[in-house]
Amino acid sequence: MAEAETQSEAGSGLKRLMDVLAASPGVEIAACAAALGDLPEAMPVRGPEIGLVMVRGRIGGDGAPFNLGEAAVTRATVRLAGGTVGHAYALGQDRAKARLCAVLAAMWSEGARRDDIEAQVLTPLAAARAEEVSRVKREAAATRVDFFTMVRGDD
Amino acid sequence: MYVAVKGGEAAIANAHKMLADRRRGDRSLPSITVEQLVEQLALAVDRVMAEASLYAPELAALAVKQARGDMIEAIFLLRAYRTTLPRFGASLPVETGDMVAERRVSATYKDLPGGQVLGPTFDYTHRLLDPALAGDETVAPAPARESEGEPLTRVSDILAQEDLIERAYSGDPAEMPQEPSGDLTREPMEFPMARDLRLQALARGDEGFLLALGYSTQRGYGRTHPFAGEIRIGEVEVEIDVPELGFAVSLGRIRVTECQMVNQFAGSAKLPPQFTRGYGLVFGQSERKAMAMALVDRSLRAGELGEDRVAPAQDEEFVISHADNVQATGFVEHLKLPHYVDFQAELDLVRRMRAEFEARQTRESDTQEAAE
Repeated sequence: MAEAETQSEAGSGLKRLMDVLAASPGVEIAACAAALGDLPEAMPVRGPEIGLVMVRGRIGGDGAPFNLGEAAVTRATVRLAGGTVGHAYALGQDRAKARLCAVLAAMWSEGARRDDIEAQVLTPLAAARAEEVSRVKREAAATRVDFFTMVRGDD
Repeated sequence: MYVAVKGGEAAIANAHKMLADRRRGDRSLPSITVEQLVEQLALAVDRVMAEASLYAPELAALAVKQARGDMIEAIFLLRAYRTTLPRFGASLPVETGDMVAERRVSATYKDLPGGQVLGPTFDYTHRLLDPALAGDETVAPAPARESEGEPLTRVSDILAQEDLIERAYSGDPAEMPQEPSGDLTREPMEFPMARDLRLQALARGDEGFLLALGYSTQRGYGRTHPFAGEIRIGEVEVEIDVPELGFAVSLGRIRVTECQMVNQFAGSAKLPPQFTRGYGLVFGQSERKAMAMALVDRSLRAGELGEDRVAPAQDEEFVISHADNVQATGFVEHLKLPHYVDFQAELDLVRRMRAEFEARQTRESDTQEAAE
C-alpha cells in the first residue's frame, strides 16, 4: 500500500513534468535542458514518430463523447543505460522535442537528478506557461463589457 | 471499338511546372513563409484544420501555400496527409468549461457570471478597408487589465438550475456512454445516424454548406427558434490515457470554438415545455461555422423531438451525405476527367434515336400527304 502510494506520487510528479513539457516549445525546452549539462545516453525504444490522436468533445459540452477530429501528435520512448524508460507525447511534429522530453522524463523517473530538472526545466517552463495563460486572461478581461445604465430623464 | 490511348506525360509534367511557377508568382517578391501564414492568416489555417479534421497548424499552413490559397484543395491535401499516419489513440473528451477563453459572449443573458468578453472579434468593426494594413505598420500589443478570475459559467447550467433546459444526456447520468458510438473515419456511414456521429460529420463539414443550411432554418425551412445561448473561443487541454504510464498526460492545448444554441420547444406528449439545445464545436477560431453547426445539429434532431421533417436542414441523409467538401469536390470535379468512351456511347445512342425520330417524321408526313 505504502509502495503504491509512493509510486503514484512519483507518477503525479512525472505527469506534472510531462504536461509542462508537452505544452512548451522545443526551443525553450532545449534552452532549459542545456543548463543540466551533458544528458545521459538514451537508447531509442520507440520513435520519435508522428501519428494521430482522435480528439473528443462532449455533446452539448457536458454530455456523451463524440469524435471532434484528429490532431497530429509526436511521441517518443527512450531507455537510459540503467534501464529506466521515459515517454513523451506532444501535439505537433517536433521529433527533436519529443526525444528530448522522453530523455527528461526518463531522468526524472531515475530520480537522481530530479531536483536539477525541477529547478532548471520544470519551474521556469511552468512559470512561462502560467504567464501565457495569465496574459490571455488579462487581454480577454480588457475586452469585457462594463455595462452601465443610462439615467432616464423625468419628462 | 475501344482503343487504349496513352500520352500526356510531358503535358502533365509541364502543367505541374507551370503550376509551380504561377504559385511562386513574381520572383522579385519574397516567398511567403509557413510561419507567416500561421500567424497572419490564422483563420484560413483554422478553417483548413477544421474541415480536414486534422489539428496541425504548420501542416495546414503549408497546405494553404501549396494550394495557392484554394481552401478546398488545401483541405484535400491535409486529408490525404492524415491517411499516411498511424492512430495512437483517442483523447479524453476536452472540457470546454475549463477553456482558457479569449472570447465568450451570450445573447440570452446580459449579466452572466464572467460577463460578455468580446475577444478578438470582427463584430463592431465598420468593415471599411484599412489602407494602413497594406503597409507594415507597427501594431501595439493588445491592452490588458487584471482579470477578476470569475469562472465563465455555462448558460446551459444557468437554465438547468430551473430545469428549463434539456440535459445534455437525457438518461441516467451514471449510464452516460463513455465512448462514441462509432467513428466516421473508420466505418462507412449508415442512416439513421446517432447524434455523436452527426456531430463528427458536421465538425468537418463545409462551412459554406452548413452556413446556408443554418440560414435556411432561420428563414423558415424547418424553424427552430434559436438564441445564441453562448459562444466561446479559446484553448482547451487535450489529454490522453497512456497505458504504459497508468495515468493521463496532457498533449498540450488546442484552440476551439464552441456554440450552444438554445431553442424554443413547446414540449410533446412525453416531454415538458423546455428549451432544447443545438451544439457546435469546431477546431480553431470559427464562430460562423460553430453557430451554423449548432443550428443544423438542432434541426437534425427533428425526429428525436417529434417534430415534422419538412425542410432540407432536417433531412439527416441529405445533410450529412453532402456536407463533406472533399467528397463533393471529388464527385463534381471528376466530370472534367476523360469520359471519351462514355460519351462515344451516348453520341451513338443520340444519333440512332435522332435517325429513328427523323424516319418517324418522314413516315408521318408521307401518311398525311397520302391521306390528302
